[in-house]
Amino acid sequence: MTAVPALAVEDLSVEFRTRSGVVKALEGVNFAVGKGETLAIVGESGSGKSVTAYALMGILDPAGRVTAGRAVLGALDLISASPSQLADVRGREIAMIFQNPRTALNPIRPVGRQIADVLIRHGNVPRAEAPARSIDLLRAVGITDPARRAKAYPFEMSGGMCQRVMIAIALAARPALLIADEPTTGLDVTTQAVIMDIIAELAGESGMATIFITHDLALAGQRADRVVVMHAGHVVENASTRELIAHPSHPYTAELIAATPDSAPSLDALASIPGSLPDLRRTDLPPCRYSERCPRKVERCDAPLPRPALADRFVACWNPL
Amino acid sequence: MTPLLDVAELSKRFPVAASGGALKQVRRLLTRTADEQSQVHAVDDVSFTIAKGETVGLVGESGCGKSTLVRALARLLDPTAGSIRFSARDLSLVAARDFAHDRDRGRVQMVFQDAGESINPRFTAFDAIADPVRRLKHLSGAALVETVDKAARQCGLPLELLGRYPHQLSGGQRARVGIARAIAVEPELLVLDEPTAALDVSVQVVILKLLARLKAELGMSYLFVSHDLSVVRLLCNRVLVMYLGKIVEAGPARAVFDNPLHPYTKALVAAVPRLDGNGVAKLRLSGEPMSPIDPDPNVCRFYGRCPRGADLCRAKMPALRRAAAGREVACHFA
Repeated sequence: MTAVPALAVEDLSVEFRTRSGVVKALEGVNFAVGKGETLAIVGESGSGKSVTAYALMGILDPAGRVTAGRAVLGALDLISASPSQLADVRGREIAMIFQNPRTALNPIRPVGRQIADVLIRHGNVPRAEAPARSIDLLRAVGITDPARRAKAYPFEMSGGMCQRVMIAIALAARPALLIADEPTTGLDVTTQAVIMDIIAELAGESGMATIFITHDLALAGQRADRVVVMHAGHVVENASTRELIAHPSHPYTAELIAATPDSAPSLDALASIPGSLPDLRRTDLPPCRYSERCPRKVERCDAPLPRPALADRFVACWNPL
Repeated sequence: MTPLLDVAELSKRFPVAASGGALKQVRRLLTRTADEQSQVHAVDDVSFTIAKGETVGLVGESGCGKSTLVRALARLLDPTAGSIRFSARDLSLVAARDFAHDRDRGRVQMVFQDAGESINPRFTAFDAIADPVRRLKHLSGAALVETVDKAARQCGLPLELLGRYPHQLSGGQRARVGIARAIAVEPELLVLDEPTAALDVSVQVVILKLLARLKAELGMSYLFVSHDLSVVRLLCNRVLVMYLGKIVEAGPARAVFDNPLHPYTKALVAAVPRLDGNGVAKLRLSGEPMSPIDPDPNVCRFYGRCPRGADLCRAKMPALRRAAAGREVACHFA
């Protein structure tokens, strides 16, 4: 792990109050991302990937509440920061890219103006210079004919172009941390490759830390320096990408790799993951939320999980591979 | 052996509203004849066959005409030109609106991308599966229940879930309902439009294995539309690669992915993320596809994005021609 992380998340827990009970969406989530590093958070739907991002950005649903933990960015704890402190940090220090760029962009404002808005609000750019700077940013994310495109509305652009505009907005104020929540889901593989190239290139230039949330382990394997695997609101494994893919420690990580189509020579070699996520409203959730699906369960698994150590590699398992 | 499905020179064009003000449009209408109107060439002169028991994959980026092609095959819309021979009968001669009552309707069935959105939310799982059986097989009463139960069992859908509505089912269960209702009428060709795109990997594996098992048990043929090349590689015997309405490459799935011939297929394969992180090839497509509205018939559709583009590509559209070992490619230089 790098000496001074750009962001350190410690013991983050989030609950949602619903009519049918309290959902323990995140419990004791720990990870850190260093300057210039790309961290992938991988998991299936319901694992808590997006909730983690929303909690960091302070944009949880009103029913959600952070019950414990800290998330330190520079000198500021994002969790205990006041709304006005957060509003100041968002856009300038942390930026986020959402899954569906077409719904995240303002549909009735030309994209160039939307980039200019961020530049004026967070980038200390004088109003008069903002339009020219937004055209520069559109060029930086690989949009051809940026001066003309700046006047276009989101509906006049393809999905890949809208995602480039989102990236231009996110990177307008040169943030220290970028959170990309499934940035290429729904895009074609050829477009996905280009978008991921742009993010990596801009991150490399500015030393920006990137947290990149995906359900696609193959994409994480290709693009991230480190991978955090989440299952049912827990971090089950955190390791360098190469180590994690080559020698998974947690049984769930191993199952996830075996279920990824890319890894299998034939359909028969592809293995499904038995069982399903536990109901997070239960009051009798076991300490290891994977234990009820786990083929390697031992007696000790009913004891509280190992504490995350500040080692290079962490696995939340008493009987790792 | 005669193929189950023989598609020849199939085209589908959609007229587009002319741009410009109302007055301009009226003037254009008065001075132009009908076939001079601008058209989107969604599917352009596509030919291929599917043998009995074969699984054919159809890949290409969004907007390339995959969905239009499968909708024409499932006879949900009428092609502009060409023939669709299904066991020797030309289905393109039957209008889409009449095909709903056609005797062959049940022989081609479709599984849609997101079963949660393609199933009537007011239908229980039982109703969703029973509806096509009632309409196409004219069954009712005990025979209907028996057919629905059988389809559900074949798809691994517990019978106690049949009374539930789509919103009460998980993603995997909904996918099973979507498949069960397609196979309940015993089709010979199943058209699958991204059946696992909305599912998690662990569920995707289960559904892919289910599809492989059903095919073996029931002897169906599949046309499998997907943009996940890793999945196509595992499930399909043969693959068709489409670019802007044209088939640019066809051949055995493994051979095409291991050694792509067409520059577009090369870029597509290079863009697939790999678990081991190897092969982050620097082969990237720049720019956007050309407009499908009235494309120049003499220019290769890939011209402008193609790393190999030459003057010949701008003067002559490459035809799909035979290459080695059952493969076909439409490129002057492949």
